[in-house]
Amino acid sequence: MNFKPVLLWSDALILLLLAAAAAGVWLLRHNETFRAPLRQVLASRMGSATALILAVYVGIGLLDSLHYVERLPDEPGREAQYSGEVKSVLDKLLAPLRENVEKTYSAPFATHLYAKETMIGPDGRELRDYPRLKHGGAHLADPDTEFWPDVLKRGGLGVLGGMVCWVLLVFSLWQRGRSHGALAWTLLCILVVSGLLVALAPHYHVLGTDKVGQDVLYLSLKSVRTGLLIGTLTTLVVLPLAIGLGIAAGYFGGFVDDVIQYLYTTLNSIPGVLLIAAAVLVVQVQIEAHPELFDTSAARADMRLLALCGILGLTGWTGLARLLRAETLKLRELEFVQAARAFGVSRTRILARHLLPNVMHLVLITVVIDFSGLVLAEAVLSYVGVGVDPAMISFGNMINGARLELAREPVVWWQLAAAFLFMFVLVLAANLFADQVRDALDPKAKGRA
Amino acid sequence: MLNYIVRRLLYAIPILLGVNLLTFALFFMVNTPEDMARIHLGAKHVTPEAIEGWKREHGYDKPLFFNAAAEGAAKVSDTLFVEKSLKLFVLDFGPADDGRDIAREIKTRMWPSLAIALPTFLVGLLAYISFALLLVFFRGTRLDTAGVILCVALMSISGLFYVIAGQYLMGKLWHWFPISGYQPGLDAWKFLLMPVLVSLAAGIGDSARFYRALFIEEIGKDYVRTARAKGLSELRVLFRHVLGNAMIPILTGVVVVIPRLFLGSLIIESFFGIPGLGSYTIDAIQAQDFAIVRSMVFLGSLLYIIGLVLTDISYTLVDPRVRLE
Amino acid sequence: MAKMAFAILAACVLTACSQPVNSPYPAAEAGKSVLYSAFGERPKHLDPARSYSENEYVFLGNIYEPPLQYHYLKRPYVLEPQTAAVMPTVRYFDAAGRELPADADSAAIALSEYEIRIKPGIRYQPHPCFARDAAGKPRYIPMRPEELADIDHFQDFSETGSRELTADDYVYQIRRLAHPRVQSPILGLMSDYIVGLKDLAKALAEAAKAQSKEDYLDINAFDFEGAYVVDRYTYRVRIKGKYPQFVYWLAMPFFAPVPEEAERFYRQPGMAAKNFSLDWQPVGTGAYYLAENEPNRVMRLQRNPHYREDFYPAEGAPGDREAGLLADAGQRLPMVDTVVYSLEKEDVPYWNKFLQGYYDASGITSDSFDQAIRMNADGEPDLTPDMRERGIQLATAARPTLSYMGFNMLDPVVGGLSEPARKLRQALSIAIDYEEFISIFLNGRGLLGQGPIPPGIFGHREGVAGINPVVFRVDCGTGVSPPLAKGGRGGSATTAVAQAALKSPPTPLYERGESRAAGDCAKFKRRPLEEAKKLLAEAGYPNGRDARTGQHLTLYFDTAASGPEAKSRMDWFRKQFAKLDIQLVVRATDYNRFQDKMRKGSAQIFEWGWNADYPDPENFLFLLYGPHRKVGTGGENAANYQNPEFDRLFERMKDMDNGPERQAVIDQMVHIAREDAPWIFAFHPKSFGLRHGWVKNVKPNLMSHNLLKYRRVDPAARAAYQAKWNRPALWPLAVTAALLAGMIWPAVAAYRRRQKATANA
Repeated sequence: MNFKPVLLWSDALILLLLAAAAAGVWLLRHNETFRAPLRQVLASRMGSATALILAVYVGIGLLDSLHYVERLPDEPGREAQYSGEVKSVLDKLLAPLRENVEKTYSAPFATHLYAKETMIGPDGRELRDYPRLKHGGAHLADPDTEFWPDVLKRGGLGVLGGMVCWVLLVFSLWQRGRSHGALAWTLLCILVVSGLLVALAPHYHVLGTDKVGQDVLYLSLKSVRTGLLIGTLTTLVVLPLAIGLGIAAGYFGGFVDDVIQYLYTTLNSIPGVLLIAAAVLVVQVQIEAHPELFDTSAARADMRLLALCGILGLTGWTGLARLLRAETLKLRELEFVQAARAFGVSRTRILARHLLPNVMHLVLITVVIDFSGLVLAEAVLSYVGVGVDPAMISFGNMINGARLELAREPVVWWQLAAAFLFMFVLVLAANLFADQVRDALDPKAKGRA
Repeated sequence: MLNYIVRRLLYAIPILLGVNLLTFALFFMVNTPEDMARIHLGAKHVTPEAIEGWKREHGYDKPLFFNAAAEGAAKVSDTLFVEKSLKLFVLDFGPADDGRDIAREIKTRMWPSLAIALPTFLVGLLAYISFALLLVFFRGTRLDTAGVILCVALMSISGLFYVIAGQYLMGKLWHWFPISGYQPGLDAWKFLLMPVLVSLAAGIGDSARFYRALFIEEIGKDYVRTARAKGLSELRVLFRHVLGNAMIPILTGVVVVIPRLFLGSLIIESFFGIPGLGSYTIDAIQAQDFAIVRSMVFLGSLLYIIGLVLTDISYTLVDPRVRLE
Repeated sequence: MAKMAFAILAACVLTACSQPVNSPYPAAEAGKSVLYSAFGERPKHLDPARSYSENEYVFLGNIYEPPLQYHYLKRPYVLEPQTAAVMPTVRYFDAAGRELPADADSAAIALSEYEIRIKPGIRYQPHPCFARDAAGKPRYIPMRPEELADIDHFQDFSETGSRELTADDYVYQIRRLAHPRVQSPILGLMSDYIVGLKDLAKALAEAAKAQSKEDYLDINAFDFEGAYVVDRYTYRVRIKGKYPQFVYWLAMPFFAPVPEEAERFYRQPGMAAKNFSLDWQPVGTGAYYLAENEPNRVMRLQRNPHYREDFYPAEGAPGDREAGLLADAGQRLPMVDTVVYSLEKEDVPYWNKFLQGYYDASGITSDSFDQAIRMNADGEPDLTPDMRERGIQLATAARPTLSYMGFNMLDPVVGGLSEPARKLRQALSIAIDYEEFISIFLNGRGLLGQGPIPPGIFGHREGVAGINPVVFRVDCGTGVSPPLAKGGRGGSATTAVAQAALKSPPTPLYERGESRAAGDCAKFKRRPLEEAKKLLAEAGYPNGRDARTGQHLTLYFDTAASGPEAKSRMDWFRKQFAKLDIQLVVRATDYNRFQDKMRKGSAQIFEWGWNADYPDPENFLFLLYGPHRKVGTGGENAANYQNPEFDRLFERMKDMDNGPERQAVIDQMVHIAREDAPWIFAFHPKSFGLRHGWVKNVKPNLMSHNLLKYRRVDPAARAAYQAKWNRPALWPLAVTAALLAGMIWPAVAAYRRRQKATANA
């Protein structure tokens, strides 16, 4: 093998999350209360289209979560050695984007740098002009005349490729009778865009380059994982706390209820950013205290990301817990719970078999709704300076960097625009999907427009 | 009722104590008093004697929670925690680590914060509710669908974009307002308008959608149908019945934040250079000025608790059936 | 909301405001002789004994007057009397108290005595601490608590007074350095030099502990031999041994006068709680006084009505007359009435407001650089046409500052004076391409570092004579073998040379090559990467892998920097190390943790910088002096570098007077530092200042802080430009209005339909 897989902590947790999700689906596969609404979500136009978009994002995130280190060239008489640089499968797929680093800013589809430089002209004299990019459009001999034909040719091929794939896919799905309009159109959009990118991105910087010449498309795609992780891993912390404490408070009442209420009122009363800032600092100190555990940049950034998720989770469970407490208070008095109690069913069994399934819809709704909020929160926290590791590629860090670029003249807009676009599509899809889930699961929402 | 309020406020004491304990523990996990001394003494030529001197001068030369050297009750009372946190309960914030009086600072900075937060809150409430009512009025039509889609789109944009774009367009390109800064008195309006507009725009998606959902739920109820059947006009139904009955859920979300308006907005204030409590807090985090952070956390918690009590009181005002006991 | 905005805008346009609608200043100020500037961070201290940072000196330098100042125009920087009547005189004494001649051997000198005579008739700014009642007694000292209770703002002290400056005030301030409640940052340093300061500090600390916090501590009541008054206008300072750099300290606010009345006034109970303290409301003799101190928003300096007779200099450096800097020669200073500093934390709004004409001067950030500056045909920075059209002027100056990348010499991998470690550091010195760094991150606003001493400071060598042969070689572009490559460096030859250099007084490396070549050709080039790779292999890491274990070499970079700018810088560093196949792990942390690591010596590679306190090479070379190392002693030698030969030379150099002999010693020291490479000499930043055409008499002076008094401003021109540059755009309002109108129609239509539907139902 010329590579060795690396399992970062966040990767492990993602796998755990996937496994949990799969197990949940497996357990609930016969449960009509969940099957029907979910089928309803996926059958709706909005639901299926947004689910597809989210699936694409998740796919990118998953590809970016398969990490490995490359094996170094062997030296005789030595054990195999591996590089210290952790890469992901996505990095490998995007190798041309990752490696085509320019010197500094260049605009989308540019063939020249964005700033003038002193160069030695063909006649040996110094002149100041925009230098050609090392990679973007480097295959063109004369960009002035060849640029448009080349872009159109490649772009056309890309679009064509995307459409062919679409036709094949739709055709095969059709045969299985599982397609409808909105899904097909969304798929067409996705495939055409990917076709264009596949055809153009290796030869041009489709979204330009940033201050140190990294491809902005690459940065945007890498940010997807960070955003998704913040949105999903946080729930790993939130769920046990909120479900456990919320139901316990509601069911047992009395002293337990008092303690739990005290806990979440206290947590709630502290302004969130202050709490997060303090906790992030603590984690950073811990990382500094144990440098031997985090020997690569990836591991350090990863730990900080996890810590951030943990902290967001610790501060974020109160809302759901309150909801569950209220719901449990109601359920506790219902006949079937009373009956179970009268029959001497054990407490754990009542909690697990009677109460938990009946609040699950609330949990699911809250999780999907909170997801988009968390993705947005990451950006704000990075602005305050308590977000993910500054070395980590994330939407927040991109926006933060782009803030300064707006002061430039001529303005450098593409990093901000790219972050905006990728984030907007993700959050919009998540919001719309969450709406569908809520409409399908929430009995109260039935009948709403 | 008075009884209830007193009880609730007493209940606040353990919460505030918990808050203090938490901030102390978190803060001193990160900063030793020595670190704080170094930050405040600057980077050049700092000697251990100077650090000791600073700690003594600012009262950080005592143990954190337990003073083994002291006698009897002083073992617990002669400590940093007791010294620094008990005074908070009588709102004596003491001086910040840079020597400036915190209470005085809060008193002056509260007004700019309030000058932004209050108009944002009031105009926002009015605008969001009217917008939501408008959507509800046109429910089922294309206007409603377009409005909802607009809301979802608006709420899918990170708040930072609104601030960045607002400052860029209104401040830099169109020369409408000073780009940043603040003047007290009558001149304040031109500094406040842009942040207020930006915060309004940033909030509209989320809030309008929320209120619309509330109203739609209310409008499906029987009494509304009855009212309509009696021949009341649509507008009357909306304003009288729907809005009136949606008041409780609206108040739940709204009243709790009113006291916190004093604390201002962290991002807006630091972006637009408003010298309010929000930017004070951010600066304190960055300068690691514990005295300020501690005071702001305490104040935040206190205001939150006041907000909870106010919420309960407001219920009795809008709905005579609710009684506090 | 849009409608409201429109209404307000329209109202303002119609009534023809005297200033543009987006002006951040009160209308009453328009057209006055005011200078507008900004501060980025609220000053922490305004007590001259305590303040030690650039952003505080901006204010303090114009309020307090130490006895000496730097000449405004002359370069290199020269000291001249400020409040002093003449330059200080010094006398030397041996251990037995006998006076020694001026050229005595520094080892024999046990005591130096500086005598400073100040000009008579200088008066303090108006201040309540000087106010006297009809009976001639101090008005506010002592003050009854109920009287203080009525006073909320400093302006509420209705009566003020002034008095003449005396030598007592200077001596009092020197005593204040030891005051336990002042916590002067230079107490530790000055205790080593000023006679008896340490004992005074100890006695005062004990006295302070014995009394209650409220009580007044009379520092004049304690014995102190270090400074004393001779007559009303003369005082003397006694220094242990010889310390020629002391005169530079006499130009810093630490040695400015403070009247005892001020301490007595401010130390009264209840004052501190109202923010009335010397740390907050200064009392000085300078050209300006602090009239408004609201660091959340604005700091306002006002002309001191009692300011002494002071005139604009009549002579300057060559070229100053042509630049119009002598047009105001002989004019009474200060020339501007008010200086307003607004709080502006971020660069972007600052820059935008500068372009709108609301700030009179601005620096250039890397993001605004392309807009403002372009390089002309000679590679010199010049303003862009856009800036020229706005009448903006550019002034550049090399900063007496060094930025470097340091290696922790205690680190087992990169540290130590062993041969492999030294080669590793040299390899990295070559590989990290600071030319590119300067061009990307500083837009060329930096001078490549060649050694520890920045330009403009004695000991710095210009041009090819000053290049660092470890990293660069002379390159004439003719393909001729460069003279330095032969004996200069590479492999064991270097060490032999270096060791020989240590034994006998060496000729500096660059003089050993043919000096003719150096004269003929003024270009040099970074050594090729291959040389770095070779050095790396010799250091035991061929291809970036440990020759013993085969593992990848991983190095750690410690930094407290955060934010987007830092991120791209770290990315760039990673790229540089990767050129040698070395993995760089960035350990970003907060400032405290970083400082802690530096103190404990657990950092590996770090960025660091040093700003000159005074223009003397001692102030830079001491950063590499072994006994000043950070770990253990808490000194400023952040790299913990310790080379006995270097230390020996340093001790000799520091007491020498500037001259060829001193230059020779410095050359040797620089040579050792380059060979050992405990630092990568990164760059000396260049200061680029922009200002609008309506501000006159601006010449960058990076040592002085009392610059405001020289400025002149043309308010009428400013008002005209501001009006021109800030016309509000009204079309977006029209568009919004049109959009709203466009939405009304479908709404009305839908309403009609609804009405019909309900009617039918």
